[in-house]
Amino acid sequence: MSTEIQQLNAVESWEQIVLRVLKMNEIKLITYVPDKVLASLIKLLHADDYFTVICPAREEEAVGIVTGAYLGGQRGIVLMQTSGFATLPNALASLAVPYQIPLLMMISERGTLGDFQLGQAIVCRTMRPVLECLGIEHFAITRLDDVEFVVDRMIKQAYATQAPAAMILSPLLTSKANQKK
Amino acid sequence: MNSRSRQDVKVMNRSDLTKRLVAQLHKDEAVIGGIGHTNWDLWASGQRLQNFYMLGSMGLAAPIALGVAIAQPHRRVFALEGDGSILMELGALGTIAALSPKNLTVVIFDNGVYQITGSQPTLTSHCTDLVAIAKGCGLTDSYWAKDESHFDQLIQASLASTVPMFIVARTDNQPPAGVTERDTSKIRSRFMQGIASNKDANQHTY
Repeated sequence: MSTEIQQLNAVESWEQIVLRVLKMNEIKLITYVPDKVLASLIKLLHADDYFTVICPAREEEAVGIVTGAYLGGQRGIVLMQTSGFATLPNALASLAVPYQIPLLMMISERGTLGDFQLGQAIVCRTMRPVLECLGIEHFAITRLDDVEFVVDRMIKQAYATQAPAAMILSPLLTSKANQKK
Repeated sequence: MNSRSRQDVKVMNRSDLTKRLVAQLHKDEAVIGGIGHTNWDLWASGQRLQNFYMLGSMGLAAPIALGVAIAQPHRRVFALEGDGSILMELGALGTIAALSPKNLTVVIFDNGVYQITGSQPTLTSHCTDLVAIAKGCGLTDSYWAKDESHFDQLIQASLASTVPMFIVARTDNQPPAGVTERDTSKIRSRFMQGIASNKDANQHTY
């Protein structure tokens, strides 16, 4: 039992893996509009001096900041939840996509797999159609052992192809593991 | 010190003020031109490599400028916006105040109308005072430009300032002096070349 717990503790959480992969890829600028699912990641990022962490008033502000930083030679990411993403189509369609900005987005997926909020559930259904009609690369991470591969590869592809990318954190990753077995 | 309000200042010309601003830039300062006539006049003032022209994303000139200012703390960065645009993204003023970058100035051309769509009045033509809003957001160095020479002085002061500045000039409804070329990849690559960032973190090989 105690060895089992020790082994469990030795396993990196998805938040720790994301932080490590962001560092590996020199993503220093973190912008976010808060979300409960992202709270533990946000806390880790705030606690690490490597990162510049900014919490603007709106997600599209974060898109502007990360775009400007990229133009200035610094890499950044926008963290948000599904409803935050729903405020972004204009900024994505008229800034990130046409100007070929490798805008990294990490979106915690709310409104699915047992969400109790009707508003979240309906907003959630707009996310993939918007990403698809804008031609934005997106992938939902569902398993802990996929986090490093997917986040690392999506970051690298975004910069290599000069295109935005959306990493979706599925409740299968962020909630299922926290449930009691 | 500055209790001047919108009613007290001279109505100037956006094209003229843009040229006056650019004339004071000698150190490859970056300038982000907001959507519409703001960046058309920036374009018409001479296509500096260090200018970035927004063709959409209304309201994001100040956030983009903030991003550039964070990435390049030793370069002065200006955001030029219209009143209609900044009214869409007022939270950005609070973000700038909270971070307080030493190298960022936001300049607003306030003509009180959405000029490009047929001059419908904006909130500033009613009772909204952008300098008061900026001060309320925590941007202590926020000013109405009284006239052209005061505008020049404020820009001059911003070039040496150690806190972000917010400068608002009332402007007339004259058409812009030119039209920005709408080639987004050219705009991006020229700007990145102009501020020497395309050789930095963006071309990793693996």
